[in-house]
Amino acid sequence: MFDMFGAAMAALLVCMVMTMIRAVKGPTVFDRILALNSFGTKTVLMIAVVNFLAGRPEFLDLALVYALMNFIGTIAVLKFTHFGHLAGIEDHESDEVS
Amino acid sequence: MILKKNPLQLAIGLFILLFILWLLSSGHYTTLIISFGVFSCALVVFLSWKMEIIDSEGVPIHLIGGAIRYVPWLIWQIILANIDVTKRVLQPKMDITPQLIEVETSQKTDLGRVIYANSITLTPGTVSIQVHEDRILVHAIAKEVAEELQKGEMDRRVTRMEGLS
Amino acid sequence: MAPVLDIASWVLLISGSFFVIVGGIGLLRLPDFYTRVHAASITDTVGAWLIILGLLLQVEHTLVGIKLIMILLFLILTSPLSSHALTKAAYYRETPMFRSGPDQTEDDR
Repeated sequence: MFDMFGAAMAALLVCMVMTMIRAVKGPTVFDRILALNSFGTKTVLMIAVVNFLAGRPEFLDLALVYALMNFIGTIAVLKFTHFGHLAGIEDHESDEVS
Repeated sequence: MILKKNPLQLAIGLFILLFILWLLSSGHYTTLIISFGVFSCALVVFLSWKMEIIDSEGVPIHLIGGAIRYVPWLIWQIILANIDVTKRVLQPKMDITPQLIEVETSQKTDLGRVIYANSITLTPGTVSIQVHEDRILVHAIAKEVAEELQKGEMDRRVTRMEGLS
Repeated sequence: MAPVLDIASWVLLISGSFFVIVGGIGLLRLPDFYTRVHAASITDTVGAWLIILGLLLQVEHTLVGIKLIMILLFLILTSPLSSHALTKAAYYRETPMFRSGPDQTEDDR
């Protein structure tokens, strides 16, 4: 039987492919980071769907952790592109463009 | 700060919230595991106490009352904005006129401004770029969306939620 | 399982998938970085909400439902923060901005 989780999964996979195309093409580095962040959100959704597809409730914990890691990862990459390092920003005020 | 709360009260509130979160995500209810939970929540509260981040900004329990009235409205706005942006994206010739606008904010606290800026970003079609004093620089996908935002309905509602405390 | 719940789940999951795909199409079609952020936020808001709501109707164990709601909350809290951080960084790096037609306003920085 063609079930609803399979349908959602297929849509998510199609969309992930589109996101990947943008990540590869993306003219600026920010397009790539945006694609990465969006890809992460879809991964979270996909893990949640897989949880129901496979009937394994442990997967939701993974999705939960992945949602947080995705956010931290995006911020870390952004900070790295902005400052060139991941240390605190207090002693590098001069780097700030604002 | 419009209201000063007793830090001890806020710490206890934070502890209760954390412990509820812990109980909900654990799923094991034996004495040993629950005592681990109590210990780790107490550790987190202790660390935040040492970091001096327990204030009405870090633990905004006074906003819960206002949020109950604000959040459903925000969700409805987000759904409407989604349908609007979806139409714009799917048209063969995309109907977009991207532009930068500045909106005024009327919130009294930083927390209120952060909530307003985040609501703007959460709504598809508008992204807040930077908050400066009481002005927010916003990128809007189309002229109509920008005009809708400049009417200030969302601003008024956030201010009202902030004032309800 | 009640057929009503199944149908509601179907509707929610399919419409969620629709919005997710619209987000993907927007990410590919839109002309510049700033507009693509809007497309990505479609996926992050309604797309994710509808899919998680659809899953929520199929939950058999309460704790699973609570975890789904927690995922939803984390997504709601983190997605505007990361898109704001992205746009702000891009704005300071002077990423080119697409403007349609005659230029209405100068960049008032």
